[in-house]
Order: sequence, then structure tokens, then C-alpha cells
Amino acid sequence: MSAKRLMVSMIFGALYLSPAYAQVKVGVVTSSSGPVALVGIPQKNTVPFLPAKAGDQTIEYIALDDGSDPSAAVSAFRKLINEEKVDAIIGPSGTASAVAALGFAAEAGVPMLAPVGSTAVILPMDDKKKWVFKTTQNDEIVSTALAKQMVKDGVKTVAFVSPTDPYGDNWLKVFSADAQKAGIKLVDTERFQRQDTSFTAQGLKIISAKPDAVMIAAPGSSAVMPQTTLYDLGYRGKYYQSHGAALSGYLQLGGKKVEGTTVAGSIMLVLDQAQDSNPSKQVAAAYMDAYQKKYGVKPATFGANVYDAGLLLEQAIPVALKAGAPGTPAFRSALRDALEQVKELPGAQGIYNLSPTDHSGFDERGIELVTVKNGQWAPLK
Amino acid sequence: MNAQIALLLGQDGFINGAIYALLALSILLVFSVTRILLIPLGEFVSYAALTMASMQAGKPVMLGAMLVALCLIGLLMDARDALRAGRRLRFRASKLLMPAYVAAVTGLSVTLPLEHIGMAFQGALTVALVVPLGPLLYRVLFLPIASANGLVLLIVAIAAHVALTSAGLLIFGPEGSRTEPFSDATFTIGDAIINSQTLWVIALSFILIALLYAFFEKNLYGKALRATAVDRLGAQLVGISPALAGKASFALAAFISGLSGVLIAPITTIYFDSGFVISLKGFVGAIIGGLASYPVAAAGAVALGLVEAFSTFYASSYKEVIVFTLLLPVLLWRSVAQKGVKDEQ
Repeated sequence: MSAKRLMVSMIFGALYLSPAYAQVKVGVVTSSSGPVALVGIPQKNTVPFLPAKAGDQTIEYIALDDGSDPSAAVSAFRKLINEEKVDAIIGPSGTASAVAALGFAAEAGVPMLAPVGSTAVILPMDDKKKWVFKTTQNDEIVSTALAKQMVKDGVKTVAFVSPTDPYGDNWLKVFSADAQKAGIKLVDTERFQRQDTSFTAQGLKIISAKPDAVMIAAPGSSAVMPQTTLYDLGYRGKYYQSHGAALSGYLQLGGKKVEGTTVAGSIMLVLDQAQDSNPSKQVAAAYMDAYQKKYGVKPATFGANVYDAGLLLEQAIPVALKAGAPGTPAFRSALRDALEQVKELPGAQGIYNLSPTDHSGFDERGIELVTVKNGQWAPLK
Repeated sequence: MNAQIALLLGQDGFINGAIYALLALSILLVFSVTRILLIPLGEFVSYAALTMASMQAGKPVMLGAMLVALCLIGLLMDARDALRAGRRLRFRASKLLMPAYVAAVTGLSVTLPLEHIGMAFQGALTVALVVPLGPLLYRVLFLPIASANGLVLLIVAIAAHVALTSAGLLIFGPEGSRTEPFSDATFTIGDAIINSQTLWVIALSFILIALLYAFFEKNLYGKALRATAVDRLGAQLVGISPALAGKASFALAAFISGLSGVLIAPITTIYFDSGFVISLKGFVGAIIGGLASYPVAAAGAVALGLVEAFSTFYASSYKEVIVFTLLLPVLLWRSVAQKGVKDEQ
């Protein structure tokens, strides 16, 4: 190699290195294939709408798919941390993947914003979980809101239905406690699996227990089959659904049979009817418009979990920059501290008030109780 | 539990059992003819159900694209095999049968106003779309390794299952779907309300089983398949093409599971990955039949459906545990009762 060539390559080498210094790198791990794809696809689709800049700092996003597989999520995390040297990671989509990966993020000191439902990733708070932030509403908040509504509706006895997965397990735990507190008797608990071909047996058991209401906590369209089966078997009590059912697929599949159900959802479902004073309304509207323009469909609430993670980072990065340059451990640690300090930040699903003990930071303002009216979401009167 | 609940549970168990029985029969058929455990069978079920659902929802039917792609790969493989064997490429009319059929059904699925053509025709077209998947899959994946070790065949079958599940996600999306029931009518017999869908499933299952019986007893092709199942080499010696037998058994299996998919679609929400669990229950039925006896497999599958319904009523969280634990005593009994099973090597 001639001396001239060497010079040129050295100059290019230097040029290549210098922009990496100015860039904040954020990894995004979603489950856009496999069983969690229902959640992961809208999340992956949301990546183009994440903020490109925080203050003067440009942000680069690197998106990977974990195929709903916890071990693939771990290798995606390792790749992002070791090869890409990311400053933060948004993801993964599934609770099981998040639990598997959080140790690696904590070990490397990389803040992780998990768009998963289960509080298991942030509670009980310890040295590892302090690196994890959860951008969804805690099941506890949703469950308490629904239990309160049940009391208001005069419900005395309730049957609980959930799938046999971490989502269902956590809901069973949380809701049993809330029902007891509210003085509602839990008369029957039934479990099912998403791919089950029938809910008749569980439905019959519920009907013979004669509850005033049925509470169903299941993610996505799997929330439909228990309810339609109960309807077909002739159960005409009140139905309550968790935020897992807050999807357009629920309305399509359920049709007339889910009319009048009370669903705890985010403001995104009833955006038109929401109060203008709600600071989340504008954020949610901006996100939904952008998404609909690009993909032609409204985003599922799962997408907003990732969108909100971007908003949190946008808020925290300028603060963290004071402590160090992107790519350094000092910056990442400062980023974590800054995320903990976020106060009254309106996201698409509610208002974030994070603290060292609360890494989810939602309160009941993020929850809208809605009902199904003429095949559409409508605010609960 | 009172009589009414027992009746409803029995009805529920019987529907699922009938579907499992159909799948158990397909698994047995394919296994005895080709030694392949057809794990991707469940995908035929979910593809059929989801195709039917997208027809009713007025969405474009994408399954045809997959058929065309598989068909092209199959033709290329045919050409390559012919060139390798040093034969000249010749056109035989029989070679054009499959491409012509695929082109026809794909054309129909793209051009017809599927939303408005009526449920019977939607169902028929769905089954017609799913059937070629069987022989095409056999041509592309299994024919080149037809004489391989049983373990290799099993591994390829698992790979095909994974690939088809992922393709299902791509084609149908992650959302579950459900079709409209064939009819809304219900009948009351004594205390029990009987859904007309139940009668449809049971009636069609029985008709199908009767047809299969007639096919294997009376039809020459059916007899050829049976001969291959009894002794592969012997059948080949008397002039039965193993490739044709393989394709025919795959086509039959795809037909039966496609029909099962259409039958089950109004009863439950089907996802792109629902097929596996359904076919797994069919496997349990087939294994109860020792992967050899059709009537025992069918009876086992129906019993499985009933056990499933009743165990779900008593302990819904342990349903699958109960159902699959039942397999243990059966396997134990099988292994004690059948001494000196030929090791397939």
C-alpha cells in the first residue's frame, strides 16, 4: 500500500469515527414474528415515528426482531450492547423476553424501556430492575379502576377468566385482591389458552356459579372467545374486559355479542370524545394521525407503548448529556437517573410521573373506561 | 353437574373429538404410506379457516400466491431432476395438470367477488385452495428425501411446520379470525339445546369417514395406497409409483384438514399458529391407535375430545396436563402389548 493510500484510508477512518461520537444510539427489540406478533408488529411499525432529535442531539434507532423467543431477545440485547454500543434499548414486546433480557441490560448499565404489561419487570425494585422502565399501565391501576366501576354498577359476585400465561396469572393475583377490597365476591375462576378451540366447558361452570358479572382479562383477540361463548350459552350478566381487549380486532370479532361491555382502555380508543383538557389527547392524536397516514390503519395501543418510550428518551437525553458524551457509561447512567426524574410528561396513553420507586409512573388519569356501543368504542357514562 | 350441563359438555367434546378424529385419520394415512409424521397438518387447518375468514371479511385471498410459488419451485425441481438423469425435457400432459389446477383456483380466488358468492361456494373454494398445498409440499420437501431415515423425515416435517406457521403470519397477519356459522338454527331435544353447527360437523365427519372407507375398499387408487401402506417395496414391484402414492396421501390429508378447518372456523377463533395444538390432539388420537389402526385412532380422538371437555369443566387450568397425561398409560399399554416392534432403520 502506498503512503498516499494509507493517508487517505486514515483520514476516512477518522471521519468514520467522529460522527459516531455525536450520535445517541437506541436499540429497539420487538416481536414482529411468532406468537407475540400481535403486540410486536404495531410496535415495530412505530419506530419511524420515534423522535429523531432530542434537543440538538440526533438519535439513531436500530430495530431488531426477537421472534417472540426469549433467548433470541437476549442475543438481540447482547448484539445491541456489545456491537452497536447502544445508549438505551426499547423493548422487547413480551414479558417473558423482557424478564430474560433485563439482567443483560442491567449488567451493561444500559437503560431499558420495556413496553410489556407485567409489573414483574419493575417490581420488586432491585439493583437489576432499577435499569428497567415500563411504558405500560400497571395491571393494578386498571384492575382497581374496573373493581371501582363494578361497585358502582352494583355487582356483588363476579367470575374471573384469564389465560394460562404470565398476563393471566398476574391479573388473577391483582384482581382477586381488588375484588376482595371492594367487597365483591369472586365466585369462580376459569382459565383457558389462546389457541383453545372451545370455551364451552368453562362457560358452563361460570353459568352454574351464577355471578352478577364476568371479568375477562386476556390480551388481544383471545379476549373475544370466552365472552361470545358465554353469550351463546345464554349468560346475560355484565361483562368487564381488561385493557388487553382494547383493540379494534375485539370489536370486529365480537360483533353484536360484546355490545355493552365495560373495557378499561387508554385515551386512544375514544380520542374524539376525550376532554381537550387532557394533555394526552394531543400527543395521542399526533401519533395516531402519523401512523394512519403511513399504514392506513389505526395503531393498536401496543404501538403507543413504544411511542411513549421515545418521548421519555427525548425528555431525558438532554439532561443526561450534561454528564457525558453518548456512548459512555457516564451518559447511560445519567440517562437512567434522568428518566427517573421525568415528571408530568404527557404520553399517548397517559401522564408519566416517574420516581426511583415507580418505574411505570402512570396514575388513573391514563385510564378511560369505555363501553361498546353500536360496534364502536364509546365513553362510559 | 346436572344432566343439561353433561349434555352440553358432551356435545362440545364430540365436536372437537370429531375434528381430532379427522386429523388422526389423515396423520395415520400419511404415516402409513410415506413414513412421514405430518406435523404441518395443523397449518392446513388454520390456513383453511383463515382463508375462509378473509373471504368473508372481503380481504384479498393470498393463499394462491403461495400455491403458485410452490408450484414453480416444483416445476424447476422436476426440470433439474430430468437434466441430472440425462433425459431430455419433454412435455407430458400429466405434468401440466397441477400447474393448470393451481392457475385455475388462484385465478378464481383473485377474480371472483368472494364476499358475495355464498358460504357453500366459499367453503368449496377454500378447500380447493388448500388441497394442492399437500402434494406440492410433498413434491418440494419430501420427494427428494423419500427414502431417508424416519428421523430425517420427522425433522423436515418439523421444519415445514415452522416455515408454514411463519408464512401464515405473513399471509394472514397476527390477528385471530372467525367465520360466520353455517346456520344459526338451534334444536331442542329434551333439556339440551343442540347447535346446528354441531350437527354439521358430526354429519360431515361421518360422511367423510364413510367416503374414505369406500375409497380404500372399492377404488383402485385407494387400494394402491393401501398396498403401499402395507408394503412399500412390494407395491413398487407391482407397479405402484411411490411418488404418486405420496402425493395422493398428502392431497387427501390436505383435503381432510382443509375441510376440518372450514368446519371449525365458525366455532372458535383461529390464529395463524392455532393449527399445531389442534393437530397435536389428532396425533394423540393417532398414537392411541398405535399409528396403525384407523377405527381405534378415530375412537381415541373422540374420547380425547370428551375427556378434554369434562376435564376443562372441572379444572380449566390443568386441562392440557390432564389430556396429555392420559397418553402415558396408553403408551405404556401399547409398548407392553406390542412385543418386538420392528425397528425402522
